[in-house]
Amino acid sequence: MATLAELKVGDKAVIAGFTDELLSLKLLEMGCLPGTIVELTHTAPFGDPIALKVSGYTLSMRKEEASTINIRECKNI
Amino acid sequence: MANRAKIALIGNPNAGKSSLFNSLTGLRQKTGNFPGVTMDKLTGIWELEPGKEIEILDLPGIYSIYPKSLDEELVINILGNPNHEDYPDMAIVVADASNLKRNLLLFSQVRDLGIPTVLALNMIDVAENQGFVINSLKLARELNVEVIEINAKKGIGVNGLKLAVAQTLKNRFASNDALPLPVEDQLLKDIAAKFGETDPYRALLWLMEHDRMKMFTQAQREAFDGIMVKNHFFAKTYKSRETVKRYELLTEIVDRCVINLNRQWDDEPVKTWTDRLDKAFLHPILGYVIFLGILFIMFQAVFTWASVPMDGIDSLVAHINDYLKEVLPASKLTDLLTDGLIAGIGGVLIFVPQIAFLFLFISLLEETGYMSRVMFIMDKMMRRFGLNGKSVVPLISGVACAVPAIMSTRSIGSWKDRLITIMVTPLMSCSARLPIYTVLISLVVPEKNTLFGLFNLQGVALFALYLLGFFMALISAALMKKILKFNEKSYFIMELPTYKGPRFKHIAISILNSVKAFVFEAGKIIVAISIVLWVFASYGPGDSMTQAEQTVKQQYPSLRGIDLENKIAAQKLENSYAGHFGKIIEPVIKPIGYDWKIGIALITSFAAREVFVGTMSTIYSLGGETDDENATIKQRMRSEINPDTGKPMYDTALGFSLLIFYAFAMQCMSTLATTYRETKSWKYPVIQFAYMTTLAYVAALIVYQVLK
Repeated sequence: MATLAELKVGDKAVIAGFTDELLSLKLLEMGCLPGTIVELTHTAPFGDPIALKVSGYTLSMRKEEASTINIRECKNI
Repeated sequence: MANRAKIALIGNPNAGKSSLFNSLTGLRQKTGNFPGVTMDKLTGIWELEPGKEIEILDLPGIYSIYPKSLDEELVINILGNPNHEDYPDMAIVVADASNLKRNLLLFSQVRDLGIPTVLALNMIDVAENQGFVINSLKLARELNVEVIEINAKKGIGVNGLKLAVAQTLKNRFASNDALPLPVEDQLLKDIAAKFGETDPYRALLWLMEHDRMKMFTQAQREAFDGIMVKNHFFAKTYKSRETVKRYELLTEIVDRCVINLNRQWDDEPVKTWTDRLDKAFLHPILGYVIFLGILFIMFQAVFTWASVPMDGIDSLVAHINDYLKEVLPASKLTDLLTDGLIAGIGGVLIFVPQIAFLFLFISLLEETGYMSRVMFIMDKMMRRFGLNGKSVVPLISGVACAVPAIMSTRSIGSWKDRLITIMVTPLMSCSARLPIYTVLISLVVPEKNTLFGLFNLQGVALFALYLLGFFMALISAALMKKILKFNEKSYFIMELPTYKGPRFKHIAISILNSVKAFVFEAGKIIVAISIVLWVFASYGPGDSMTQAEQTVKQQYPSLRGIDLENKIAAQKLENSYAGHFGKIIEPVIKPIGYDWKIGIALITSFAAREVFVGTMSTIYSLGGETDDENATIKQRMRSEINPDTGKPMYDTALGFSLLIFYAFAMQCMSTLATTYRETKSWKYPVIQFAYMTTLAYVAALIVYQVLK
């Protein structure tokens, strides 16, 4: 399954689930719930960390952390 | 201190909690701590009604009641323990209306702990600009809690808040109901049997977070573990499922109370200022250029602008000293007052302008939201060395002074990353090293030579020393990353807040508190050490000090006036306790090229390295506080002859050995005291002192032996 780490700037996706239990709580608390739409807005120089637009604010995380978030394609709304 | 009611301020980072705290309490804050970022609790007094004061507790910003790092633990340790001295009578949860759901998650957890709660809805204007209209009356009904619209920055809504707080303090109404995600009855019964009847959510918090809560003994922790095993209860799973469940409930509520104007016509979301600014600040090239530009201005301020008030403080202290020496009878007591105490206080006050400027810049960068962008663009680079994007700020500040720099590590959530940052920050060449560098470089680096005809070689040497410190900090960090074993996982899941205009009142309070804390906390220690050192340098065993004076008068019968006094002072120093210490450590420092005189300087500059130059001038029979003092120190040091070789003492080998030693050695009591305060353990300042001093010694040894 595709993960959030594979997104490119401007891409949107829907969060499907998490593969790291420890990180998932932090991500959930930050509003990254399954079914939420995320958009990759920036990448830091050298491509890591990344910044996402999620439920109305900007969240940054490392690529390594993004790779624990499974995504599915976002159908055009 | 009649029994004041206590209120805890709780909220997400950047929700405006600290603004509200400042506008409620003004300057009536008790600070054992440094604000800017609230990392420890901070208390202040709020006058609710005339004659009725309540105590407000500002807690660190958190996203959830479940702590992820050490500083967040404080919150559950207070809110989860009704017997805690700071357990509040009620809580004000400050919520950012522009991110309502995420902010309400924390609110619902706090409320479920059984604490009477009022919800302060901040940044409604931001939410409305984004197209969200919130019906706060309806929200209050849905959540069964008082909801007050406020504007923390402008201090609007405080009266409404007062009413709600007064009301809540009277009726103590806690609107918690059943657990959002039910558990087996047996589980709660088991907890109640062992720990007494309590609020169900609080019981679960105890069960899941007992390791982080200081109120429990080892036996109690094992009992909790037993209850979890017996009931097949998995904390991690429950927390995740609970969070999802809470969001589900909150989504329903928010959907009923918030009208989203965007959905009706908008295809393209509005480009906000934050989006535009991030295009520049997070740009792969421009981002770094802007960052370097800001750094440049900051160093200008700290080194150039701050030098004006610093010189002022310096000469003021000198004047007071001279005046006191004139009016007070010449005695040991006067000496202690002037050379010991006032000189010590002066040594503290001299750093106030630099600290004020540093905190001005750091709080400006933090206030506006730019700081998190710096962390974002620097994270990858710093991570290679066991640091973290958030380590950039302390490392930069360390060039001015390690004390505020170490204080600023509080924003680093991961304890391991924070600890490594604290440990390596003092390797950055601070401003106290600058006078030593200047004097020594001028002795051993020729002035006229230029590299490629472009640079002054002395300037290059100075710059190289700064770089050396920076790289040594990175290397040490990389080593510590390998050595230190912690189970804590470092992560960088962090909000990039929207850009905001700075709140100058907030910044002013932050600077004032930092300066106050520095002067009183670090100052106490610096003054104490200065006095001790003064005593050791002024007294000697037996009548050796009186003898010293007579010896000089016999040896140099022709000397008069200031020259005689200086010779006597030097002889006395040699015979003082400090002089004896210098002789004692001489065998140790011989291999790196130092004699007992430099030994004294090493000892005296242990408390604060800037003492080095002053000690040198005393040792080499220099006196007076004239402007050409530096030139004279250089001359005297240059003409000093090594008694063993008959050649100049300060040759290239010794000069560089000293430079390297001072670049790496931990010679700053205030830094060690700050490390102690920040790590709350003597272990780390001891390790810091040991590793830096060893590093300095070994490096100086190599330099001296190679260049000799």
